[in-house]
Order: sequence, then C-alpha cells, then structure tokens
Amino acid sequence: MRAFARLIDDLGRARSRNRKLEILARYFASTPDPDRGWALAALTDGLPPRMPLRRLLADLMAERVDPLLYELSRDFVGDTAETVALLWPDDGRDCDQSPALGQVVDRLRGAGPREHAAILAGLLDAVAAPERYAFLKLVGGAPRVGVSARLTRQALADAFARDIREIEEVWHALAPPYGALFDWLGGSGARPETANLPVFRPLMLANPIDDEDFAALVPGEIAAEWKWDGIRVQIAATRGDARLYSRTGDDISAAFPEIRSAFAGAEVVLDGELLVVRDGAVAPFNALQQRLNRRTVAPRLLRDSPAHVRLYDLLLDGREDLRALPLSVRRERLVAWHSARRPPLSDLSPLVPFDSLDALRRIWSSTRAAGIEGLMLKRMASPYLAGRPKGHWWKWKRAAQTLDCVLMYAVRGSGKRASYYSDYTFGVWRPGEGEARELVPVGKAYSGFTDAELEALDAWVRAHTTERFGPVRRVAPGLVLEIAFDALYASSRHKSGLAMRFPRVHRIRWDKPAAEADSLETAQALSGDSVEPRPAAGQTGHPLS
Amino acid sequence: MSMMPDQPGTWLHPTADGLYCGPGGFHIDPARPVERAVVTHGHSDHARPGHGAVLATPETVAIMKVRYGADAAGRFETLDYGVTTRIGDASVRLVPAGHILGSAQVVVEWRGVRAVVSGDYKRAPDPTCAPFEPVACDVFVTEATFALPVFRAVPAEREIGRLLRSLSDEPGRTHLVGVYGLGKCQRLIALLRHAGYDRTIHLHGALAPLCALYEELGVALGPLARVAPDGGRAGLPGEIVLAPPSALADRWSRRFTDPVTAFASGWMAIRGRARQRGVELPLVISDHADWTGLVRTALETGADEVWVTHGRDDALVHELGKHGVAARALALVGFDDEGD
Repeated sequence: MRAFARLIDDLGRARSRNRKLEILARYFASTPDPDRGWALAALTDGLPPRMPLRRLLADLMAERVDPLLYELSRDFVGDTAETVALLWPDDGRDCDQSPALGQVVDRLRGAGPREHAAILAGLLDAVAAPERYAFLKLVGGAPRVGVSARLTRQALADAFARDIREIEEVWHALAPPYGALFDWLGGSGARPETANLPVFRPLMLANPIDDEDFAALVPGEIAAEWKWDGIRVQIAATRGDARLYSRTGDDISAAFPEIRSAFAGAEVVLDGELLVVRDGAVAPFNALQQRLNRRTVAPRLLRDSPAHVRLYDLLLDGREDLRALPLSVRRERLVAWHSARRPPLSDLSPLVPFDSLDALRRIWSSTRAAGIEGLMLKRMASPYLAGRPKGHWWKWKRAAQTLDCVLMYAVRGSGKRASYYSDYTFGVWRPGEGEARELVPVGKAYSGFTDAELEALDAWVRAHTTERFGPVRRVAPGLVLEIAFDALYASSRHKSGLAMRFPRVHRIRWDKPAAEADSLETAQALSGDSVEPRPAAGQTGHPLS
Repeated sequence: MSMMPDQPGTWLHPTADGLYCGPGGFHIDPARPVERAVVTHGHSDHARPGHGAVLATPETVAIMKVRYGADAAGRFETLDYGVTTRIGDASVRLVPAGHILGSAQVVVEWRGVRAVVSGDYKRAPDPTCAPFEPVACDVFVTEATFALPVFRAVPAEREIGRLLRSLSDEPGRTHLVGVYGLGKCQRLIALLRHAGYDRTIHLHGALAPLCALYEELGVALGPLARVAPDGGRAGLPGEIVLAPPSALADRWSRRFTDPVTAFASGWMAIRGRARQRGVELPLVISDHADWTGLVRTALETGADEVWVTHGRDDALVHELGKHGVAARALALVGFDDEGD
C-alpha cells in the first residue's frame, strides 16, 4: 500500500508527461506481482469490486466524527476521499507496516457486499493518511491523477523496453492482476494468446501531406476518400462478442451498444469512422461528442443521436489476417464482406475517383463548401502497418480559415509554461451600447507560436494587464492575433453564439490596430457552412455531383 | 478565576479598527492607524505602519523597523517577555506565542479580570523562537487559521527529510521552495541546519533583509547567498533556493534548472491547494496551531469565554461549545485568512 500511495502522490504532483512516464515506469519495474498488476488495473480499467463508496463512507464517518465538523471539512477540502483520509481517527502514526496492495484487493474481492463496510474500516484503521487516501482512490474507481490508460501502457512499454503496439495488441486479452503480461514482459512467460478474442489491433495512421509528397503522387496508384469528421474506431468481433475501440485502444463499446449489436456474431476486425447520422445525414461533431465517455447510454440519446460506422479497411476476415496484403486487395475483400453480411448502422467510405493531380486538387478545394473535412490519400499497394509509417497514407485537410481577433484574456500555462501567460482568449467586435463597439470572446488558443513569440506575448500581457482574477489577466484591447481554425459552429453555450474548432495562433499582428480586427458579423458569415447538412450516408462519388 | 461584574465585552471589545481596550486606551493589532497600538508580532496583517505609538517585544519592534522604516510609528516602546507594564488603567504583559521570532500573547488585566490575546500561535517546537506558554485567563482570544480537524500537524523534521530526499533523488534540479519571508523562511533554514544541511542556501532578494535581522538577533542561519537580481540564468542545479510564494510561478523562476517547485505551508496538507499553485513538492510546515492545538490550548487556559478573531471560526466555536465553553466569532476585519 505504501508504494502505491507514493505512486498516487507522485503522479498527482508531476507536471509533465515525461515525468509521469518516469514515475510509472519506475513503479512497474520495481514493484512485485501482484501489486503492480492491481495498480495497473486501478489506473486503466478500474478495480473490482465496485461498491457504493460514498454511502459506505458516510455511514462510517457518522460513527466516528462530529457530523458538522465532517461537513465543514468536506466543504473546505472539496474531495470526500481526501477528507476521510485526513479525518479518520488515528494516533498520528507513520505506519511502517501497511498491508500489501495485493492483500488489500484480495480481502475486498473475497467479501460480500455486507462485509464491505467492516473491511473498509479495518483497512482505514491500519494505515496512515497518505495510504488511506490512496486506498480510497483505489476502491473509488478512477483515481484521477492525470494519467490516461494509454499513458500507463506507454510507461509499461518504457519499463520493459517494448514497443507500445506490442502491448496494445495483447491488452484486451488480459485481465487484472495481469500476471501473464508481466511474465511475458519480464521474459519469463510466453506472449499472451489473442486468437479468438476481440482484441484491439494497433491502427495505421496517416501523415499530413506536404507539397513534396503531393508532387510525387501517381494517380492510379492512389485511392482517395473523404476525410470524415467523426472519430476513428476499430470494430473487433469474434463469434462471442463485438467490441468498439478508440484509436488509442480504449474500449468504448459501452457507450455505443447499437454498434456492438450491429456487429454481433461477425468474425472480423474493421477500421472505420464513427459518426452520428440522423435521417441519412452526418450530424455535426458536437452530436458525437455528447455520446462519448459514457458507461451507459440513455434511450433518448440513442434515439436522438444514433451512431453509424463508415468503414474503410478490413484487417481480419474470420481468422485470416489481411494486414500484410495491399490496400487494393483489402478493399475488395471489405466490399465483398460488407455486401455479403450487410451489418446495420454501417456503410462503406466511398472512393473518390480522379484522373489527375489537378483534378484531385479541384476536388480538395471543394471540400469546405461541401462541409467535408478534407481528403485521405492512400497508396493502393500499402500494407496495414501499425503506427504512422511514412509514404503510405496521407491526410489532406481542407484549408484553414482565419479571423483577425483581439487578445482579451491570458492565463498561465502549466509544466514548462507555468511562468508564461501562454493560453489566450480572444474576441471580435460587435455593436455595444450607443456608438461604441465591444469585444465578445470567440475562442481560446495556446499553440501556433514559437518560443520567442511566446516570450514576446508574455511580456505584452504583463505590460498591458488591466485586471486580474486569480490566475486570469484581462488585457487592454491592443493586440491582434490572426487565428487559424478548422471551423466555426453555432453554439448556444458561448456568449458569441459561436464555437471554434482547432483554433491556433496563425500570426501575431503586432502591426495591426485592434480597431481593425474582424467583427462578429464576419465570424458568423464564416460559420455558415458548418450548419448545412452534411453529405448523406451511403452517398458515393463527389458530394457536389 | 470567576467572572467579575464587569463583563469583558465592555472593557475589551472589537471595533472597526480592531480589538480595543477601553481602560488602557489602546488597540491590539489594529487594522488601521490608531493612537496607541500593542502589536503581537511582525506579520503585516498584525503589525501595520502609521500608529502614534507601538508597544511590542524588542524583536517585533526591530522587525517593524526593517519592514517599514524607523519612522513607521510615532513612538516605539519595547517590552520584554514576562514584564508587566501599565497602560492607562490596564496592566499589560507579553508572553511567548511560539509563532515567529518576537511573537507574543498580550495578557491584559483590568479589575481582576484577565484576557489573553494570543495573536497567531503554535504549539510545535520552532528553533527560531521562544515556545508558547499557556496563561490561565477568563477570556482567551484565539486565531482559527487551521481550525478544521483535517489539519493535523506533522513533525517539521519529517518534511525537511522529504525535501532532502528529493534533493538527493533529483540532483540535477534546483529545489525552489516558496516560503513566507518572515518566520517560515528562517525556520526552514534553521530546520535544514539542524538536519545537518550545511551547504549555502540561496535566497530571493526579498528574503535577505529579514534573514540578516534574525542573525543579528541571535538566530544562526549558516551560509546564505542572494540570487543575483539581474535576469541572467542562475542555474543552481541541486541547490536549495528560497523565494516568496509569489515568485514561484513568476518570470524570476525561469532562471533555474528544471526546478522542483516546493512550498512550505500548513495549507500544503490539502492536495487541491498544492495543485492550484502547481507545487510539485508540498511541505506541510505550519507556524499556526493545528486543530488539536487550538482546541487543547483554549481549554487549557481555563477561560470561560473564547473569542475567535480570524480563520475557520465556525468549527472551533462549535467544538468548544461541546466542551461547555462560550465561544464566539469576532469577525474582525483586516486579517489575512491565508496567513501562514
């Protein structure tokens, strides 16, 4: 328990991704089984058994601590686990002997729900405040120490000098406390068996295209597809089970039960884009976003925002692994599989025909008007390779839009940027009272500038601060930032009525007077395309044809 | 002692300027300039410039002069611990409060009724100041900065051990420790020296004058060096640098090598507080009484009445009430709720 408590403490305070990786890698390399396996479970998929912790703790605290003092403390601390950890009666011990994590988990797993309260109390009695906190975070589900499941797997790869893709490929075939995994990583066991299981296979990702890549393309050797504005998913189905994975290998099946049932009974691994499709048209990304990160889905959400998968690749057909075959063959097999099987809530991402690079460029130029994110270009000969291999697949995003905005607020960054005002809120002009105009915020950006530009922006913010609210500085309206973004959407959650997708600082217009920055009207005009209907599901060929 | 017909609330009571003793004609730790002030200790929310006359311990007077200049009050009078003096019709004595160097409880008596105004205090040992002495009284006036049962003192030596361990685990990184300039800074240095750390400790320029004063007043701090005030890269990997909390996330901090940001404060017991400040190494070192200390001390004085000046008064008033003590919040203005 001690090592785990230290792990939770250290992770909670680490300020950079690298630091977290170091801490995790050190823990995995130096902690014995099964403790490290349970810790891994706690940080990734959560630890069994689940219990109604909030109610159990309320009962236990009521027997031990004055209720008013508990309530005042909880309000002040703001976190139940931490409050209980600090308030639990003890004699100021600095416990030298705390039970091992494995023992703690065994005790809980071996018990029925009626015994949970007594076991909880016994464990809290046995350890000091930092361990109590770690223990409550452990049984409470997600410990929220700023560590994703993906980062945890990366640390595992670092600790045992493996490629993360090897770990991802076996991950979903494993169960806590992951003894077989650590045996394999440590060299004392065989690679865990994944056949017959709906496990995740690492995805093949595309590189952004540059002029040189583009010039070297040979029409006829390249397949073009629309770039869909959804999320990349993998469907892995065996006869027993179908699962949906995100691009990072997180199992998101629970949030999309309709997709899971659509593919139930198949034996296949597919690559595609998850979208929300209403009445045959792709809904804005926002609709999909509302369906993400849920453990269960309300029927109403299922009805109002139905999910759909647009397929573009086939990795496994039955037990046959197609990944070494060229895309042209995989595509044929995909078409054949889909027309034979016809799973509901799915279609194929159509190929976009073109006969010359000029024609391709014209098609690309039309994507914004069509409400399409851009094009994907894939070599027909490309095998399916995990990661982001060079020279096979490219993404060609539609050209960004830009607006000249006025810097309004700045906040300090975190980690290496902790002393810099590096996060900027900017606005555009709209009519105010009488003749005056006022600024209304339209977005936030914290990238797109060089280190030297950051120094200059930071100095400008400090010299032009008019007000401070905690970590936020309001600045005088005097600096124009040319903001590049992918799209502007109508949004009732923002004061301006607009939400920006992927904003970044394109240029700092030191030269431009703030009064000449853009107006809300101009911004609204740019948002026009994003509220029009998207291309219909199942549509083939050019969306304008 | 039993209650006298003269209710303490009539001769010692809160005013807009602070706690006022009528028979003596003086305020204690007033928030605004007054004719005559008795000051418990040198922190800026208790010791303010501009009073006609200030009575305090010699150390507190020296601190006020360094902070505000020799003309910070019309007249300074010093009173050693344990010596009784008369102001108007009241008698006044200063007793160590254990908070910082020179910090005192003000013991005021009038017509046989005794009130103790404890200012800020702690019960934990501190190598830089005299330890707290409990004084029996009828009315005990207390702070409540850490008056919630979640605040439990941990031995400061243990926290110093954590700092030194981090220093040896991360020898390539500057250890930048946020400390309040008066009291915490010097206590931390003294604790490091007691733990055997004899290397030069580097100071932000703002901390230097009070460290010099502590040394002058007999608190040995060992080798200290000021970080050069210009903007150059100071580096200092593997060294301890002390700075005021406000400098931790300021441009000033960029000159150090991949710093470990630490902060020595009682607030660091709460994870959210450390997180908000971006503190990587929180050190729970407090110059205030913890929950147990506050409750125990108030009961130890035997006071029938306890007045709470500032902090989380609701919890303390509630707890003392359970022990049969009439406690109430004075809700005095001007005190720094965050003081530590």
